[in-house]
Amino acid sequence: MAQIELTGIERVFTLGDSEVHALHELSVSIDSGEYVAVMGPSGSGKSTLLNLLGLLDRPNAGTYRLEGRDVTTLSPDEQAEVRRTRIGFVFQSFHLVPRLTAAENVALPLMLAGIPPAERHARVAQALKDFGLETRAHHRPDELSGGQRQRVAIARATIMRPAVILADEPTGNLDRSTGQDVTHLLEDLNAAGVTLIVVTHDPVMGGRARRRLMMEDGRLLHDVREPAPVP
Amino acid sequence: MTPADTLRFATRAASGYPLRTALMVLAMSIGVAAVVVLTALGDGARRYVVNEFSALGSNLVIVLPGRTATGGFGLGNLVTSTPRDLTVRDAQALLRAPLVTRMAPLSVGNSEIAWGGRLREAMVVGTSGDYVDIRAFRMAEGNFLPREDLGRATAVAVLGTKIRDEIFGSEPAIGRIVRVGDRRLRVIGVLGKTGQGLGMNTDELVFVPVATAQAMFNTNNLFRIIVEARSRDAIAPAKQQLEDIMRLRRDGELDVTLITQDAVLGTFDRILGALTLAVAGIAAISLAVAGILVMNVMLVAVTQRTAEIGLLKALGATGRNIRLAFLTEAALLSLAGAITGFALGHLGAWGLRLAFPVLPAWPPDWAVFAGIGTALTTGILFGVMPARRAARLDPVQALSRR
Repeated sequence: MAQIELTGIERVFTLGDSEVHALHELSVSIDSGEYVAVMGPSGSGKSTLLNLLGLLDRPNAGTYRLEGRDVTTLSPDEQAEVRRTRIGFVFQSFHLVPRLTAAENVALPLMLAGIPPAERHARVAQALKDFGLETRAHHRPDELSGGQRQRVAIARATIMRPAVILADEPTGNLDRSTGQDVTHLLEDLNAAGVTLIVVTHDPVMGGRARRRLMMEDGRLLHDVREPAPVP
Repeated sequence: MTPADTLRFATRAASGYPLRTALMVLAMSIGVAAVVVLTALGDGARRYVVNEFSALGSNLVIVLPGRTATGGFGLGNLVTSTPRDLTVRDAQALLRAPLVTRMAPLSVGNSEIAWGGRLREAMVVGTSGDYVDIRAFRMAEGNFLPREDLGRATAVAVLGTKIRDEIFGSEPAIGRIVRVGDRRLRVIGVLGKTGQGLGMNTDELVFVPVATAQAMFNTNNLFRIIVEARSRDAIAPAKQQLEDIMRLRRDGELDVTLITQDAVLGTFDRILGALTLAVAGIAAISLAVAGILVMNVMLVAVTQRTAEIGLLKALGATGRNIRLAFLTEAALLSLAGAITGFALGHLGAWGLRLAFPVLPAWPPDWAVFAGIGTALTTGILFGVMPARRAARLDPVQALSRR
């Protein structure tokens, strides 16, 4: 059974008196541990797809099964629970809370999950160490470089050990070499078994994924699979 | 999210924007401080007046002859028309009331006092030795009238300080024989300066034993009887007991009027209490304004932190988590404002007491609680709307904001 199963997804936005089909009759299934790049021009619906996958948005029609469970009909609180435990987000603009230190930002999901402080500290310290941030633990985001910020964000996305990581242009605000570092970091996570779904404009990054979903006008244009990763 | 985490998160959020928080706390604290200072002023005025009245002597019931109230048609009304005099026997009878501690009859008349060629018109008050204690007078020299049988007309006098100064000047007065009316009396004491009280300037009075005064003015009447009740709470029952005694002595007809000091005091107490409340109400308006300010600031905070709210939702925060976090922040701001205002208000009241030492400008407890309570309530109430707005934000739109 596929980890993610979308069937007949419709997402319609009403702009003034015209209707825009951001997603139209979209059906796709993604297995656990896959590395998927969602690509396409602006307005092709790839961000909408990512928001739907992350339960930040609801489809107008169609069903979304995550790990066999229909999640479109869940209550907002139940969806929040799914986001907290199963899904990690990585954003183009990092979305770190500016007044909190790196460690506190990483600890946010644990805090929201109500995990006691002692366990929280241990897990945050371990995560910061894993991502090479132990010396930056008590720095605020504005004292960190772009690459460090995205690493903090990735540490935060993975601290709850989610099953799926959704990354929206994770290297969009980074220069080439730090962008590559971040890409490698994400790929390492994928190699450890986490499903990685990346929305990107960058054909180089898209080319590294084993599977590419090419979107256009809210439809899936191509679904390209490659048998083996590029070494 | 545990309550401790919510509190910590809200504290970090509040301290993360120091200027905004400081202004907010300032606005709230001015409101609370206004309530504290203004009620301190109002209540201080009330206490000042009450104290001045208490200086008359405390827990007094004044008995005067005659009746002010119009009686109904009855057997008693038919038979008698003139009220009977108030006598020394009546006064002594009043002491039988269990709730009465002390009593002083008053017999008043105008006469003249002369010594060493100096002569002065003076009001002569015949009373008993207890009068000095009832009125809480201080003696400047010598002693007050002796405590003796009310029928004895001892030939002694106690002078008010002004009389003493005008008759004797710098010479000693104690032990001198003065002429008062047609009597020769020995001066045994001089009262300390007291000023106005019960409509008479005590400094210009000559006190003599009540029997002496009655003999001097050739009368059996008493002008007044002043009775002291055991305590403030005992005034009303004591008044009842006194009425019963008088009614018994007058064959069932009450032809005397009893005035309690409490009634006068109570009126002032009420007027000034109402004034304090009114002032507190006006000050409370500033608290409501501060509450609206809390709402405004929190709404700005929600707008400012839209992206953060979106992020928290993406990280799995429920609407309840976010609502609580923002509500806690509003409550914290209000609490900080209330505490600061409480301190500021007490500082202001202290300044008032320093500037006007006669005014006991202490804020009443109820005002302090009401001020802080109102601050917290308005802060939290006005925090609900922004918190709900934050919780309802659409995460996709919130996240798209940079």
